[in-house]
Amino acid sequence: MNLYKSKGRKIFNIVNIILLIIISMTCVLPFIHLLAVSFSSATAVSAGKVGFLPIDFNVASYEFALTGGRFIHSMLISFERVILGVGINLVLMILTAYPLSKTKKQVAGRNIYMVFFMITMLVSGGMIPTYLVVTSLGLKDTIWALVLPGALPVYNMIVLMNFMRELPEEMEEAAAIDGASPIQILVRVLLPVLKPALATVGLFCIVAHWNDWFSGLIYMDNINNYPLQTYLQTLLQNFSRMIQQGRNGDMAAMMAHLNERTGRAAQLFLGTIPVMVIYPFLQKYFTKGLVLGSVKG
Amino acid sequence: MKTLKRQWQYHAMLIPGVILVFIFSYIPLYGLIIAFQEYNPGTGFASPWVGLDNFTYLFSQPAFVKTIWNTLYIACFKLIGGVVVPVIVALLLNELVSEKIKRIFQTLVYIPNFLSWVIMAGVLMEILSRNGAVNQVLGMIGIEPISFLGDSGVFPWTMIVTDIWKGFGFGTVVYLAALSGIDPGLYESAMMDGAKRWKQTIYITIPLLMPTIILMFVLSLGNVLSAGFDQIFNLYSPIVYETGDVIDTYVYRLGIQQAQYSVGTAVGLFKSVVSCILVGLSYFLADKVAGYRVF
Repeated sequence: MNLYKSKGRKIFNIVNIILLIIISMTCVLPFIHLLAVSFSSATAVSAGKVGFLPIDFNVASYEFALTGGRFIHSMLISFERVILGVGINLVLMILTAYPLSKTKKQVAGRNIYMVFFMITMLVSGGMIPTYLVVTSLGLKDTIWALVLPGALPVYNMIVLMNFMRELPEEMEEAAAIDGASPIQILVRVLLPVLKPALATVGLFCIVAHWNDWFSGLIYMDNINNYPLQTYLQTLLQNFSRMIQQGRNGDMAAMMAHLNERTGRAAQLFLGTIPVMVIYPFLQKYFTKGLVLGSVKG
Repeated sequence: MKTLKRQWQYHAMLIPGVILVFIFSYIPLYGLIIAFQEYNPGTGFASPWVGLDNFTYLFSQPAFVKTIWNTLYIACFKLIGGVVVPVIVALLLNELVSEKIKRIFQTLVYIPNFLSWVIMAGVLMEILSRNGAVNQVLGMIGIEPISFLGDSGVFPWTMIVTDIWKGFGFGTVVYLAALSGIDPGLYESAMMDGAKRWKQTIYITIPLLMPTIILMFVLSLGNVLSAGFDQIFNLYSPIVYETGDVIDTYVYRLGIQQAQYSVGTAVGLFKSVVSCILVGLSYFLADKVAGYRVF
């Protein structure tokens, strides 16, 4: 055990810790900076004085975001989408995973169903054919365009299926002998013990729905139907216009946009809060889900 | 009789999923045929056939050929960095004795992974602008401000570095999980033979980590031609199209914004076919060269 106490080892440990602190700080400091900008005055931000602490502390940006219409409106759409979308995801995943967790003998054609679902993980029609299907079904500008195309997340369904396979078979057999039908077994026997598994896949679905901005952009023609991430995305576009104006020497226009920085920072920060709230749970379940998902289906 | 009744219920449970997947995955898959048609909204997927016209048109466009090179350039460096960086961080973290400190670092580096590219792009625009935090720090050590997002020479590297930065936490967690599975007895016997920590890493840790590294590599190879649409779309601007425009952003502008559905789909199809070949090839190589079966 001398090896761990040698001088070289001690130096390594110190360098290692310093290196890891630097690495992890690069992941945290940008957000702290964003937070500081959001609480600072526009003049301090334009002057480039804001580091990791707010200058001229004020909450004007937050007041603006939380009282001005569009931020709250799009956030409500996002909440509606998450509730509806994750609800549909969970129901479909449970209904699909349960028969697939059986063997080919128990459910005729089980392997055919499995191939049917697995293929969609390997190949897809891509952006435009999917867009055309959603459009031709008349789903544009409705919330269904955001929840139906990904209604059954196949990867998460397979994770759930693997959780179900790990349960002892005796549990189901006992209920079956008592005359319970498959649906009764699923609802009364399996679901109560599957709570941690459902939490795992449910959390992934929440993050996926919350973070998705692209479907909102292509399926919503009316900006009043934008979910939060799509609305935030429009704020970024103003910013890229600003870069161009700066290059063209249009400083006045650039300065006008600069004052939007504090407001945008506040809205971006508010947009991260829901994910931050569930982050501890995500972390707890993530590795578990990863390991189970990789077990062959 | 009883089994028949049970069977019926299982199939009934599968119906909603099958229908939805059929509508939103299989019909678009069939819709790929419009790559060989002149799409007309009136006739839909039954538009007149034009053979390979859309493809010849595409490859005659210098802008499209350029996007292929941009995509490959950005994606290859992302792929390499996306494997190397998390392995190194995981190895460094693994050297820590305290489980608690290990967990804290892991939690911190994992945060960016769960935020959308919209949020990340907002953060990056804030810190990478000409008078942003990064340029201020560089200014302190006497480096002229760099236009990270507005200079077409720098832009691809901004994409590569920030993509690795956002994603390395995920890989780190995966590799740490793999590292914790290594039998400590192997290190003990190596120590008896006088192997120092560095040699142990080279001869024990890395070889045992190889299957996981290959798995992660193969899985990400399928995305090479994607090169990160969410990221680039949110950070690029016309001034960096020359080096920053990738296949997916090109498809979006052509297909969705200019409504050239057939040409856009042709690009999508080209991309999927190449990805499939790459994934197939990497499975084959992983099996033959490293003797490792992914599936």
